[in-house]
Amino acid sequence: MVMNKVLLRVENLKKYFPITGGLFGRRVGIVRAVDGISFDIKQGETLGLVGESGCGKSTTGRAILQLHKPSSGNVFFENVDLTKISMEEMRKLRPKMQMIFQDPYTSLNPRHSVGKIIAEPLVIHGVMNGQQLTNRVAQLLELVGMNPNFVRRFPHEFSGGQRQRIGIARALSLNPSFIVCDEPISSLDVSIQAQTVNLLQDLQEQLGLTYLFIAHDLSMVKHLSHHIAVMYLGKIVELTEKNDMFDNPLHPYSQSLISAVPIPDPKVERKRHRIILEGEIPSTVNPPKGCVFNTRCPLAIDICFEAPPEYREVQTEHFVACYRVESG
Amino acid sequence: MMGQLVLEVKDLVTKFFTLEGVVHAVNGVSFDLEEGEALAIVGESGSGKSVTVMSILGLIPSPPGKVEGGHAYFTGRYGRCDLLKLTPAELRNVRGGQIGFVFQDPMCSLNPLLTVGEQISETLRKHLGISSGEAKKKTIKLLEQVGITDPKIRYNSYPHQFSGGMRQRVMIAIAIACNPAIIIADEPTTALDVTIQAQIIDLFQHLRNEIGLTVIWITHDLGVVAGLADRVLVMYGGRSVEIALVDDLYTRPQHPYTIGLLGAIARLDTRESKRLVSIEGVPPDMLIPITHCPFAPRCPYAFEHCWQEIPPSIEVGRQHWTSCFYDPNKRRPRDGYEQGTSTG
Repeated sequence: MVMNKVLLRVENLKKYFPITGGLFGRRVGIVRAVDGISFDIKQGETLGLVGESGCGKSTTGRAILQLHKPSSGNVFFENVDLTKISMEEMRKLRPKMQMIFQDPYTSLNPRHSVGKIIAEPLVIHGVMNGQQLTNRVAQLLELVGMNPNFVRRFPHEFSGGQRQRIGIARALSLNPSFIVCDEPISSLDVSIQAQTVNLLQDLQEQLGLTYLFIAHDLSMVKHLSHHIAVMYLGKIVELTEKNDMFDNPLHPYSQSLISAVPIPDPKVERKRHRIILEGEIPSTVNPPKGCVFNTRCPLAIDICFEAPPEYREVQTEHFVACYRVESG
Repeated sequence: MMGQLVLEVKDLVTKFFTLEGVVHAVNGVSFDLEEGEALAIVGESGSGKSVTVMSILGLIPSPPGKVEGGHAYFTGRYGRCDLLKLTPAELRNVRGGQIGFVFQDPMCSLNPLLTVGEQISETLRKHLGISSGEAKKKTIKLLEQVGITDPKIRYNSYPHQFSGGMRQRVMIAIAIACNPAIIIADEPTTALDVTIQAQIIDLFQHLRNEIGLTVIWITHDLGVVAGLADRVLVMYGGRSVEIALVDDLYTRPQHPYTIGLLGAIARLDTRESKRLVSIEGVPPDMLIPITHCPFAPRCPYAFEHCWQEIPPSIEVGRQHWTSCFYDPNKRRPRDGYEQGTSTG
């Protein structure tokens, strides 16, 4: 296998949000939404970022694209540190990195026609106009499997799946190399999810796109990704190649998360052993001392309550943050 | 062996009369439910799965909705009756007392101004006519039964002090409070995270073993169904397209929609990533009354007959019924359409 070059490198990324209160809006607390995460994404690959609600996966996506200014850490895109460059320089880089949103109902302006929605990035960045623009919009609609004659229609005339295609066409308009897909299929019906996932895969192959695919549906993430990172309470607890993640999960949270996902086969389901986690996810305002997973971990020992475990490479390209995992 | 039938739904028809026209939400759905059984109703949004059970429970807002036809024979503590013919007062007695239900969003189903203890004991006092002291004792026991720690303290908590998973546990406690003959759970885990979903499914399984619950579980998630149901009813376009024992449905799906649906989901336990089956097109517009198979516009096997009349439900195996004209033995699948179904 040819080793692709690293397109995106995230180093110790943190994003804290202040909680303000009282008459003068003093800071009364901090939400540690993303708390020191690092990973690489190679060109043409997909990294799946999974975790439960509130674990910081969406904030990670936004912090990478500098939609939330990171509190600290570095984001290298094609070896340029996005956290160090000026707004103007960032603006010039934006066409290369785009986003597809979760909710196709609120991410499209209801008063703009489909043509206007898809053309907007091209107009803002002054890439093209006139007939060239019209042709490009039609070409984009065709690329996402829609009729090019739909340009004059409005978002309300389309179903959720079709709207998501419009959102994808908009994201593709500037020929990006990297796309953050923030739960793009979770609001769609099963049969429409499959259509959308197939489209994203085809586009990746055709255009050589690199994805950060954020989702909570592990089955779909596994289907679509090359590598998978599991997040819990603002931290990546485990990152590895996708089949390795499911054949050989090392972190107790990944293990229980995988065992909790139902498998659509009654015979398999009856034989499965489920690790049912006790309790719920703690708050990011007041995360547990030591390892963030210690309140629910079946394997926790004394040291887990003292200091957070180091995020380390225990096997080749298999990263885990857990005291109970032996390096091998 | 057949257990006693607790619910027999026959030819249920429900419509909504809206400004845009008549929405044909449920078009002649029939199914039975045996005592102790878990039946899953599966379908995508707009397939009529929720409206079906709402109609049975008399919870369709009218206007605009109206149950236009059919029967729902329920055999409860006080004998057999047609739920669709009961007066609102009689129905109120059935709901909560003899049929319990759990909805998708536990935040909207609980009263934010009452403590959870009060809400559970209210159900008990209303339906069982017991004193408030007795109701409180029973409530604490119920909270314990659904896995809430410190039930005595939690009795006095308000819903906002509970997480989503715990609220859903409270809803389950209310639903099972009066030993109902049936529990209807409408997407009870859809709003929950996967580890919390596993907890709730585990709780349901535990309660089924312990107190022999009879359950109707409405969901769009074929993964959840596999581990939970005895029988599955698949709905499409307000109609039942297939009903089968759970193993049969996953190993020998007969209706092209079921086949496509099973191929459209990714599985965690397979190594190779086959391309997902894509059911082309979009779900039907329920405003248009149809005289053909509802799935025909998206079906890779559709032929002339499918456009001429609505296929009746035919028996294709033991307890296995499907509504499709195409002879499965002669079926020539479009490339890759049937790949998703498991074998053996």
